[in-house]
Amino acid sequence: MSERLVLIGIVIAAVSGFPGLFLSRHSTLGQWLSTALAVIGSAVGLSSVGVFWAAGDSQPIVRPWAIPGGEFHVAMDGLSALFLVPIFLVSLLGCVYGLGYWKQAEHPDNGRKLRLFYGLLPAGMALLVIARNSILFMVGWEVMALSAFFLVTTEDHDRAVRETGWIYLVATKVATVSLFALFGLLHAVNGSFKLEPLNEANLTPGITTAIFVFMLIGFGIKAGIMPFHVWLPSSHAIAPSHVSAIMSGVIIKMGIYGILRITSLVPHPPVAWGGIVLVLGTISGVLGVAFAVGQHDLKRLLAYHSIENIGIIVMGIGLALLGRSLGRDEWVILGMSGALLHVWNHALFKALLFLSAGSVIHAVHTREIDHLGGLAKRMPLTALCFVVGAVAICGLPPLNGFVSEFLIYLGLFGTLGVEGKSSFAEAAFAAPALALIGALAVACFVKVFGAVFLGTARSEHASHAHESPPSMIAAMSVLVACCFFIGLAPFAVAPVLEQAVSAWAPSLGESRQGLLTLAPLDSISVMALVLVAGLAVTSGLLWLRLRNSVVETGPTWGCGFTAPTARMQYTSSSFAEMLVGLFGWALRPRIHRVKVTALLPQPTDFHSHVPDPVLDELVLPTFRFSAWLFSWFRVFQQGRIQAYLLYIFVALVALLLWR
Amino acid sequence: MATILHNTMHILVAFTLPPLLLGIINRTKALFAGRVGPPLLQPYYDLIRLFQKGSVFSTTTTWVFRAGPVVGLVTVALAVLMIPLVGSNAPISFKGDLILLAYLLGLNRFFTASAALDTGSPFEGMGAAREVTYACLAEPAFFLGLLVLARLTGSLQLAEMLGDLLAPSHWRTAGASLFLVMLSWCIVLLVENCRIPFDDPNTHLELTMIHEVMVLDHSGPAFGMILYAASLKLFLFGALIVRIAIPFATGAMWFGWPVFLGGMFVVAVAIGVLESTMARVRLTHIPTLLVTACLLSGFGILTLVR
Repeated sequence: MSERLVLIGIVIAAVSGFPGLFLSRHSTLGQWLSTALAVIGSAVGLSSVGVFWAAGDSQPIVRPWAIPGGEFHVAMDGLSALFLVPIFLVSLLGCVYGLGYWKQAEHPDNGRKLRLFYGLLPAGMALLVIARNSILFMVGWEVMALSAFFLVTTEDHDRAVRETGWIYLVATKVATVSLFALFGLLHAVNGSFKLEPLNEANLTPGITTAIFVFMLIGFGIKAGIMPFHVWLPSSHAIAPSHVSAIMSGVIIKMGIYGILRITSLVPHPPVAWGGIVLVLGTISGVLGVAFAVGQHDLKRLLAYHSIENIGIIVMGIGLALLGRSLGRDEWVILGMSGALLHVWNHALFKALLFLSAGSVIHAVHTREIDHLGGLAKRMPLTALCFVVGAVAICGLPPLNGFVSEFLIYLGLFGTLGVEGKSSFAEAAFAAPALALIGALAVACFVKVFGAVFLGTARSEHASHAHESPPSMIAAMSVLVACCFFIGLAPFAVAPVLEQAVSAWAPSLGESRQGLLTLAPLDSISVMALVLVAGLAVTSGLLWLRLRNSVVETGPTWGCGFTAPTARMQYTSSSFAEMLVGLFGWALRPRIHRVKVTALLPQPTDFHSHVPDPVLDELVLPTFRFSAWLFSWFRVFQQGRIQAYLLYIFVALVALLLWR
Repeated sequence: MATILHNTMHILVAFTLPPLLLGIINRTKALFAGRVGPPLLQPYYDLIRLFQKGSVFSTTTTWVFRAGPVVGLVTVALAVLMIPLVGSNAPISFKGDLILLAYLLGLNRFFTASAALDTGSPFEGMGAAREVTYACLAEPAFFLGLLVLARLTGSLQLAEMLGDLLAPSHWRTAGASLFLVMLSWCIVLLVENCRIPFDDPNTHLELTMIHEVMVLDHSGPAFGMILYAASLKLFLFGALIVRIAIPFATGAMWFGWPVFLGGMFVVAVAIGVLESTMARVRLTHIPTLLVTACLLSGFGILTLVR
């Protein structure tokens, strides 16, 4: 039942953008039609998840397929259901948001293209999440990857957009090639393209390692794990904001899904897997947020936070893998529940943050943080949404981010209590790293929130900003409500998480401990409510006190200086300067500074910038070198499609002869 | 019954004693300077006076400026209820409460610093930047210390980690680790509460302040809330250190409370002595000291894990 429903949802979402193609570019009917279809498709998809949770059983749909090795095999399990929720929820809200943000009347050239691929994208992702055959999986994967490419390059008249899109395309193709190798290996082990538990008899150490490496590269690029993140910051920054929301909130999670699906098939993952994954997660987390602190482009900064949060998720996965290797069920349950809940939470608060950032860009037309300021007065609702997202992403109570980080912390601290052969107390060192990540995230979001929404406007545009239309605010409000719900009632999601964890680690069996006995989610809920109540009561008392006393207003105290201007405020760059200095060994900031020498110096300027060293100093030089190395190969590059078809034909014939 | 009595006592002490600590520190400093100094209860008089005053709000500010003191007070007030002052129980206690404690302080920092940025004043921005930067280094030091306590007691509940489970046996078996954690947390106490050598709240130059400059624009009752919350925070960290330092069980109430209060007195006097005998370090050297704190706790856990 749920499989049929989700297929219906996928089809409706996939076709949602097509009617608009047949309508005039100046008509708004197409936008309404496609939004309605996409909303219906997503709603059907979400209801399929509800049906699965209620019924709890799955009826796989298996149909023969003409493609060699391919088989149309889809099925639901706890893991698929869990990932379907953000796919359909964020795309639904993104469509509604798009009604105000990307009006067809304002974007006659690319509005129809955007909506076509905005429908195909969730369809592709939902298909790959329910696919149980690797060829079907790759079909969904490529639909997702290419739709995302066309969405990133929505404004392809801009040269910077085209270049970013190109980097994205290269990265995603490298991932695809790696996945071909991965599924080829799985075929070699199992003898079919079915996604089934691996046959241990055929698993040599060499093949196991190769599977691990190709999995990490292929899915790691999509997830944006450091150092495979090179495509991520600029493409998140340059895409329209509701596209960034779905890219950061959902698409990169497909890399996480892939890692989870493949690791669930491996019967006994080696201990080294968990250790390496945990280390990679910690590096991504710490460096992701450190790079975020150095950014001054609002959306680029949020993009680096995606790398950080993927790092936190990967830390949870590493802990769960260690638990499976060493037979510690509580590490599996805590680590995996934390990681999976963080997948949801990150989808919620990061989508919220990108949508609020879009609201700011919609009003001010710049992403440069240091040109903004004082927007809380002119856009109070957007400011409120942003601050909720900011508190949530910092992992602070009483919101949802705290709950998932709490679970991962409990798991990491738990590794200390085990002595003897199955101990791995080194994992506990990830806990202080997670604390560092949290503190850096607070620093970064105080900087953004302060520089964008507080103080006074730093530019003419910012001082004339206006609040966004209701459709955009409505989409953000739903996400705010979700953040509060998971933060205040985390025990409500425990059954869903348990179901997904047991889908990932079937070896846990039925006698396992429940999540609620391992983690005091009820206490967390009580404390979150107490905190909210305490804040409400104290605010009320302060308000009463202020009402009954003399309250005056005046200018900000300038420590004796009486003519302050907006330019004298602390900018985001000055706010981050000390932290960028502390992490200078990794960030390698480029600082342009003119030394002041004369007694009466001329006007001078200063600017600093944190580029991405992996992209600029490693990936681009490597690609340039290989381009030079293979320049002779250009002989074959005719630029005519007939020639390429001929090459494919010749290659196939050659392969047939070779067989 | 005993629990109710204990909790009542906890709440009473935790919410009335903290300003006295400031009084003790000031008196100690006055003694060193050869002055008579303000009365011990001066911080209470200040708070009462502030709560009766009117307020001035900058026209630049929004609701965030008012939220700063409220969040600051509520988070710290909840946090002090999680520390076991005597014995092995605290009014709020559950598995993993140590993480909630650290993150409540994070929420506190988020809104205090945001409220500072809300004024648009360059000085307050400077203070906010320093506060959040130093916290990034203090946080790992605090968590590394927690690892030591979790490893020793096998518990993830502050009431047990700091309570009588910790004291008697572990000072003999793992005294070195506990001592390192204590040193490290003393540094964390000084930086989190903006005491010398990290910050001088009494300096006349706003440029060099950290915490005090963030709250320049607050006035009246809201400022009173900030001062009170600051004293609660000092009490919180002081209690953490006292509970690690006491090398014996303090179960019985008639014995435990005097020991704890005596410990807090010693902490306050020690801070006063430190502030009188040390100069503050240069701002650029503060990160170095904080990294030292991380390393101290780090060595503490390394000697246990091996």
